[in-house]
Amino acid sequence: MSYTNEQVSHLIEGTLDWETVFRMLSMPKDHTRFEQYRDALQTKVTFKDRIVLPLSPHMYIVQTVNAKKWVVKCDCGHEFCDYRENWKLHAVIYVRDTEEAMTEVYPKLMAPDVSWQVYREYYCPTCGVMHDVEAPTPWYPVIHDFEPDIETFYKDWIGLPVPERA
Amino acid sequence: MNVINPLNKGSGDTGFADLLKNGQTLKQYRDGIMKRTADTGYYNGLEKLALRDSDPIGYEKLFSKLRGGLVHARETAKKIAASPIVEQEGELCFTLYNAAGDCILTSTGIIIHVGTMGAAIKYMIENNWEGNPRINPGDMFTTNDCAIGNVHPCDIATIVPIFWEDRLIGWVGGVTHVIDTGSVTPGSMSTGQVQRFGDGYMITCRKTGVNDTPLRDWLHESQRSVRTPKYWILDERTRIAGCHMIRELVEDVIRHDGIEAYEKFGFEVIEEGRRGLLSRIKAMTLPGIYRKVAFVDVPYTHPDVQVSSAFAKLDSIMHSPCEITIKKDGSWRLDFEGASRWGWHTFNAHHVAFTSGIWVMMSQTLVPTQRINDGAFFATQFHLPKGTWCNPDDRRTGHAYAWHFLVSGWAALWRGLSQAYFSRGYLEEVNAGNANTSNWLQGGGINQDGEIHAVNSFEASSCGTGACAVKDGLNHAAAIWNPEGDMGDIEIWEMAEPLLYLGRNVKANSGGYGKYRGGCGFETLRMVWNSHDWTMFFMGNGFMNSDWGMMGGYPSATGYRFEAHKTGLKERIASGGDIPMGGDIDPTHPTYERYIDATAIVKRDKQCITTEDCYENHDLYLNYLRGGPGFGDPLDREIEAIENDMNQVFLLPEFARKVYGAVFTEDKGVFKVDAAKTKARRAEIRKERLARAVPTREWMKEERERIINKHASVQVQHMFATSFGLSEKFTNEFKKFWSLPDDWQLLETELGVPSYGSVHRMDLSTLPDVTTVVQCEE
Repeated sequence: MSYTNEQVSHLIEGTLDWETVFRMLSMPKDHTRFEQYRDALQTKVTFKDRIVLPLSPHMYIVQTVNAKKWVVKCDCGHEFCDYRENWKLHAVIYVRDTEEAMTEVYPKLMAPDVSWQVYREYYCPTCGVMHDVEAPTPWYPVIHDFEPDIETFYKDWIGLPVPERA
Repeated sequence: MNVINPLNKGSGDTGFADLLKNGQTLKQYRDGIMKRTADTGYYNGLEKLALRDSDPIGYEKLFSKLRGGLVHARETAKKIAASPIVEQEGELCFTLYNAAGDCILTSTGIIIHVGTMGAAIKYMIENNWEGNPRINPGDMFTTNDCAIGNVHPCDIATIVPIFWEDRLIGWVGGVTHVIDTGSVTPGSMSTGQVQRFGDGYMITCRKTGVNDTPLRDWLHESQRSVRTPKYWILDERTRIAGCHMIRELVEDVIRHDGIEAYEKFGFEVIEEGRRGLLSRIKAMTLPGIYRKVAFVDVPYTHPDVQVSSAFAKLDSIMHSPCEITIKKDGSWRLDFEGASRWGWHTFNAHHVAFTSGIWVMMSQTLVPTQRINDGAFFATQFHLPKGTWCNPDDRRTGHAYAWHFLVSGWAALWRGLSQAYFSRGYLEEVNAGNANTSNWLQGGGINQDGEIHAVNSFEASSCGTGACAVKDGLNHAAAIWNPEGDMGDIEIWEMAEPLLYLGRNVKANSGGYGKYRGGCGFETLRMVWNSHDWTMFFMGNGFMNSDWGMMGGYPSATGYRFEAHKTGLKERIASGGDIPMGGDIDPTHPTYERYIDATAIVKRDKQCITTEDCYENHDLYLNYLRGGPGFGDPLDREIEAIENDMNQVFLLPEFARKVYGAVFTEDKGVFKVDAAKTKARRAEIRKERLARAVPTREWMKEERERIINKHASVQVQHMFATSFGLSEKFTNEFKKFWSLPDDWQLLETELGVPSYGSVHRMDLSTLPDVTTVVQCEE
């Protein structure tokens, strides 16, 4: 099973026809997807750094063009940190910890009680895109969600050369 | 004259039964399998799958016959049941085991019970049931004991041994979710009790039938131990019929294919399942470490939570941190270190409920296959610390609504897997999470037929699903605990419950916002009708959300309750006046209250767990079923999607404006969003975000001060204190993250709330003559 680069590009845009999406769901996975996905995303971003791993709709681990460092980067070009660090610690945050702030986003009674739970919104310091919303109790440490083993993934799982890392 | 067998042991055992005809006890047999598995890494040491490799077509035919027969038995047997929970919602399943109690294959339905019935069989094996009460052809065993692996007491299992030429070759189990278990309060997942001793009728692998016939003492005792004997009897007949159909199926298969092939299949298919999970993980995810967390509220100080024990009257939070490690070989470790302690409520879970339960979830994402068996379990390392809510170390714990947090605890797994799918490009597989599958409308009394009755509305089978990375979640579509769930027909529910429907609507704003929004839940307005001495209560999340959104998406809306008493609706109906109909569309500006008496007693708040309260005919109850979480920044949502949501009343205009930045016009209730103005407004919103935000490390300094000063609600501090009490690792990581002084500590004793269970606990394993079966790393 495989799909065209155009189909993968449409998948990313959310414009792929349902019949194909359904086939993707119900059939065995296409093994070349990651390469097609990464390449399709590369054509959509404006920076020249090479995408190593997509993290979320607007965030990537990239290899910087000159220094060959692996860093976390927003698609606006803002560089957060080394890929091993928690990018949230390098973001800006807005915490909905009052009833007034909660009822900005949900009708009365349909948001959490802030003495139990708060919403922490993490934005890109440059473009203001919202990369994540945490919903923990007060006091909860900022969660380092994901530490991918990129070398094993590239080398042992999908048989691609591991991008150079300084 | 009775003769005393000289082989009898002190516990009353009657000696070695040689059920396997190989000179081994069942325990010795199972120990051998476990040892070969541990020594080789392959289930039962099966490095090679001889049958599958030598006769792949014959192997597949065996699979198809058995799996087809299991599904057929479920579909046929469920027609015997009268309970809509079983007959309409499909809350049953049948599972086939080998002689060691490991699952070979299962039917569709509530497949969490792959492991729970297996745990009961293993308990019988480990505690020498073959010696006493003995295991014979035609026997039936019934179990629902939550202390040995069941999820909650309302899942009643019938287990039947399968013999071939007088040799035990396996077991078949059938489970149904019964409508009432005779617990302190009516309904299958009640809240009034705080310990096992109020959780309802509890049966521990009891021999309840011989020669394929239920024993009369069992029938008499069990039927008078629950409120709904009619449903109970027919549920039991459903289970027995299904088990016997499957036993006959196995006999037919053996007659056709031979006992050797059947038994080889029974082991190889489990090893194949183990390998299947490894290959799926490698095919769909990424190696690495994923960390997620989930919570749910247990608000018990409110006066509408009436419990019999003063030490249970406290607000608390259940905490489920999850670290998923996906290893190079495709195996994975699920670590819940730091989870909070079990509590004095009915939301605790045995570790098997957890380890078995995740497969009902995985079959909807990572392993969407018919080959669901114990193989996946053998490819997974579970770390569930002893003493936590998901592995209690006290034999008093209540479990009636273990799902309150199981569904939430698993939210972390969904998000972890979805991160992997997203990064790998399998966007079609991403699911931001699930709804907290509530409210549970429960209660009882004298129904419209004049009979003692209990109800548990299973409308929660159809909550909103989480958003995907390429599309919105489904509205009022599913529940994580039953892939075949259905909301049920109004007409059937009105036959089962003395509650008329005054509305059944999609719940606006219940799905989490995002580029793709979570599926909306729905709400039904019910009016009590033609009942006597009627009670009801609420069960769900209210003060907290258990699922988060993903990658910029918001969590779904939390729950709230609406109930009204002394409404005056009887008189309004008689005079043809207006009455409340349809949805509680915007709780900020409620309308139901306009159509009931001004003197009515209305409860409209976030207290979504209550205990049995009195309801008269013409009282109102809003059953609000939750939505799913959202995916991606809401400012990326398509204009047309916002417009559609407003025009279908899935989204209130105020929040289209505030959350999505939509600029729109309205003409006679039809909304039109202006794309250019919305684009400009969204640019402003991004600037407004930056204006109100601070660098995360700056905010952390303020939060650290709040921690040092212990400035947080009691329930938040209580949650941390119980997690700290069980885990030095979690404590150290917390203190390190916040750079807290070495001597900083938080103890339950300083919180001024009851802390029964914090020090003194007694595990089931300490009872005499009991061997518990541990199936995780503790």
